[in-house]
Amino acid sequence: MKLPRKMRVRKKGTRPVADENGGLVIKPMDQFEVKALFGGDVSWYTPTNVTLWMALTVLAATALMVIGARKRAVVPSRGQSMAEMTYSFIYKMVEDVAGHDAVRFFPHIFTLFMFVLFANLLGLIPFAFTTTSHIAVTAVLALTVFFTVTALGFILHGTKFLKLFWVDSAPLALRPVLALIEMISYFVRPVSHSIRLAGAMMAGHAVAKVFAGFAAALGAAFFLPILAVTALYALELLVAVIQAYVFTILTCVYLKDALHPSH
Amino acid sequence: MAETAASGPGMPQLDITTFPNQIFWLVVTMVVLYFIMSRVALPRIAAVIADRRSTITSDIAAAEEFKLKAQEAEDTYNQALADARAEAHRIIEAAKADMQAEIDVQIAKADAEIAAQTAESERRIREIRDNAMSMVSEVSNDVTKDILAAFDMKADGRSVTAAVSARLKGGA
Amino acid sequence: MEGDLVQMGAYIGAGLACIGMGGAGIGVGHVAGNYLSGALRNPSAAAGQTAFLFIGIAFAEALGIFSFLVALLLMFAV
Repeated sequence: MKLPRKMRVRKKGTRPVADENGGLVIKPMDQFEVKALFGGDVSWYTPTNVTLWMALTVLAATALMVIGARKRAVVPSRGQSMAEMTYSFIYKMVEDVAGHDAVRFFPHIFTLFMFVLFANLLGLIPFAFTTTSHIAVTAVLALTVFFTVTALGFILHGTKFLKLFWVDSAPLALRPVLALIEMISYFVRPVSHSIRLAGAMMAGHAVAKVFAGFAAALGAAFFLPILAVTALYALELLVAVIQAYVFTILTCVYLKDALHPSH
Repeated sequence: MAETAASGPGMPQLDITTFPNQIFWLVVTMVVLYFIMSRVALPRIAAVIADRRSTITSDIAAAEEFKLKAQEAEDTYNQALADARAEAHRIIEAAKADMQAEIDVQIAKADAEIAAQTAESERRIREIRDNAMSMVSEVSNDVTKDILAAFDMKADGRSVTAAVSARLKGGA
Repeated sequence: MEGDLVQMGAYIGAGLACIGMGGAGIGVGHVAGNYLSGALRNPSAAAGQTAFLFIGIAFAEALGIFSFLVALLLMFAV
């Protein structure tokens, strides 16, 4: 009776297969595997599906922002107005959330948004690889934001930046406790920042895969899971955009803390 | 369990051996994307948006100017209208005055004619009356003479005339 | 036999972890519902608060995703 453990580690295929006992094996996590494009082992520079889909992300972002807006028309075409809407949307977000002096970080935040948005959206294409579903990727993004923001806070405000943790409006007795809580929540930021994005992406794709597996297994009733997958896909589209938005707006919130630590 | 080791952990996200690869390509991607965005895309779109804003501003200014011009034209038109009205009024007044003068002249003429005719008529009436009067006194004299003659009373013409005229005057 | 017990524990744990998603659902519902009732009271101020709506939803949703992650870890990584 050691079957379950064995069936999880059997040679990976994309189709669910019934094992010898008639049980159903769906491998929802296979889609997240990093594979070398041209075979062989994955070393640090090997071109992998990560490389491919990140390159496609760059291409898609470039297509929207550079090719879409190439005519520089005063009366914009559809592509150009989409590019301009994206631009003004992020610009307004940076200005509203992080303050007017945060505008000099606008290109960085915009790059972050475009990468996350297009990585999420491209990941929804069937058989695609979702780069943002990997903790390694989102953790690097979140840690970069975290360290940049922290360094920026100390550079701009010196030790006054630590006032962020010392809540002046609270009673004196409570302040050390609050400082501890604030400190913990500050250091948890990159964790939640990265796991939120990766988790949301992974969850949606895994659930879609599980439902798709049901479709293959149910036979005549195959259309039920397919309906579910369709509904799920619409939700995932929403989630992809919202997670990119949330990732960016949280970056803006953290940036605001660094620029104006005293609130 | 040899298979387990070969295929790594169940979650590819936790397969540390692929981390350097992912991080390397992520850094490359982000740098490339950052340069494309900050050097090409964003300045271009910012320029387009600024361009549009200035076009709109200048268009609004032009529209403002046109509005002023229209206002001016309307003022000129109103002025011309008022002038024309005043002119028309003046002409009407002049015509009225002319007509009044003409009417006055005509009325005066008519009045003079009427007065002349009245005077003429009165003169003729007076003449007729005088004639009648003189004829009445003549007749009266004659009648008196005849009556006196009939009564065989002698009377000279002069006293009869005086008496008759006195009588007539008193009766009249 | 021992492996089976571990397996069973992991699967039961994964199922239990999914309870956390209900909490996340309650949280997201609270955020969105309160936003909606506030927006209906003062519709003119609603547009300015959508950013906070999404931040709030993201924070609430993150906890649900953490529990899903725990479930996944139990299923595939333990």
